Amino acid sequence: MKKEELPQDESALASMTKELMYVKDKDGKYTTDLSTGWDVKKQALDNAWDDIKERTEEARIAVKNGEKSPIYYFMELRLMDFPVLSGYTGFWAFTIKRHMKPNVFKSLSEKKLAIYAKAFEISVEDLKNFKGSLEVDSRQQ
Amino acid sequence: MSIMEKQFKHIQAAHCENGVATSLLRYHGLQFMTEPLAFGMGSGIFYLHIPFLTISNGPAITYRSMPGWIFSRTCKSLGVKVHREKFRSEEAAVKFLDQKVKEGVPVGCQVGVFNLPYFPPEYRFHFNAHNLIVYGKENGNYLISDPVMETVTHLSEEDMLKVRFAKGPLAPKGHVYFPEEVGIVTDEMIKKGIIKGIKRSSRDMLHIPGNIGGVAGIKYTAKKIRIWRDKLGPRKAGLYLGQIVRMQEEIGTGGGGFRFLFAAFLEQAHQYVKQDQLLELSEEFTKAGDLWRASAVNMGRIYKGRLNEQKDFEESADLLIQISDIEKQAFIKLSKIKLD
Repeated sequence: MKKEELPQDESALASMTKELMYVKDKDGKYTTDLSTGWDVKKQALDNAWDDIKERTEEARIAVKNGEKSPIYYFMELRLMDFPVLSGYTGFWAFTIKRHMKPNVFKSLSEKKLAIYAKAFEISVEDLKNFKGSLEVDSRQQ
Repeated sequence: MSIMEKQFKHIQAAHCENGVATSLLRYHGLQFMTEPLAFGMGSGIFYLHIPFLTISNGPAITYRSMPGWIFSRTCKSLGVKVHREKFRSEEAAVKFLDQKVKEGVPVGCQVGVFNLPYFPPEYRFHFNAHNLIVYGKENGNYLISDPVMETVTHLSEEDMLKVRFAKGPLAPKGHVYFPEEVGIVTDEMIKKGIIKGIKRSSRDMLHIPGNIGGVAGIKYTAKKIRIWRDKLGPRKAGLYLGQIVRMQEEIGTGGGGFRFLFAAFLEQAHQYVKQDQLLELSEEFTKAGDLWRASAVNMGRIYKGRLNEQKDFEESADLLIQISDIEKQAFIKLSKIKLD
């Protein structure tokens, strides 16, 4: 890539830094230059976030309909997957999957709930009482 | 008698681990060190597509070797002894770091980015192999040199603990590392380290067993891309392509999935190893990097939703085949150059 071809598009990264890229100068030698971003990348990241939001919304509805426990919703909300949540809680993936069943969730001990609450950085009350409503939105109105 | 006081200097790099390696080695007197040299001597270039595994609900692809290897290999080549430590207890991890800070030793730290406050929220995923340098402490805040940033920053004790003890795959477990003993490094040692790095990269890219790594791995991805649209549906297939582009171009690669960085390495290697073919091959890798960029543009058209036909996926796959061939030829030539 030539120095003059380095994209300088808008990106979320701009609030933190410009990123260093390796480009060729006019003599054909490698040098570095700073870039504010690249539209192609930004679009990929934006799409990934749209997907995350969609997954979180689906999870919220699943909790609301009584199909899943709040653990499922907060896992999605915190961008976690099973290996990550497993790391934070110490529970195996299949145990977590069980805890995502509303009936099993109801019978979880306070101790286990506290472990999940800590992993999601919320209170045990917020975890227990999450019914899949758009509480955050209604509070903002 | 004059005592030269060592002064830590922040250096911005494309990639965090290269950057930590470059800054720490320079701090210890190895002024010749540059990011491309660290990357090349540490054989950072690689390709791996792990089947049946998804990361953030997308394909698991990497363009570089395992986290930690670049620094270890580069230091080993230069006879630099590295101290590494991981911790089970958070208290012990804090105590160790604070002790080093008190001694005035800049320390490399592995951290998770999910709770890294100075990262924009859009970039905070559960990625646990980010690297930064702690070079001091002021008013209870750690002074931080994060190599991907233009300037230095800081972290509170609380945030520092959180990012050092992020959990999940590649959990840092408080991992700290720093050069312990740096001896005299001769040009001959640098030359040998460069040759070793080149040989190892050629071997990794050409001869890794199986069909998912090295230049063969790039073809494997191409094969997958051809079936994604039918198998996953246009939307999800598009998201998968987006993930490839992010792995390839997001902050840390220097562009073109580290290929420009590798080309820059070969150019710098020529200063130590007088073999003009290195410059020609540097050009080949620039070409590969340019094609990776073109491939990203192509994939971008798909996930932006402008084109989303099977033939567009085929086109993307064809480009990867072309890249795989170019890199294969270049690495074969590279492995055959007489370097010593």
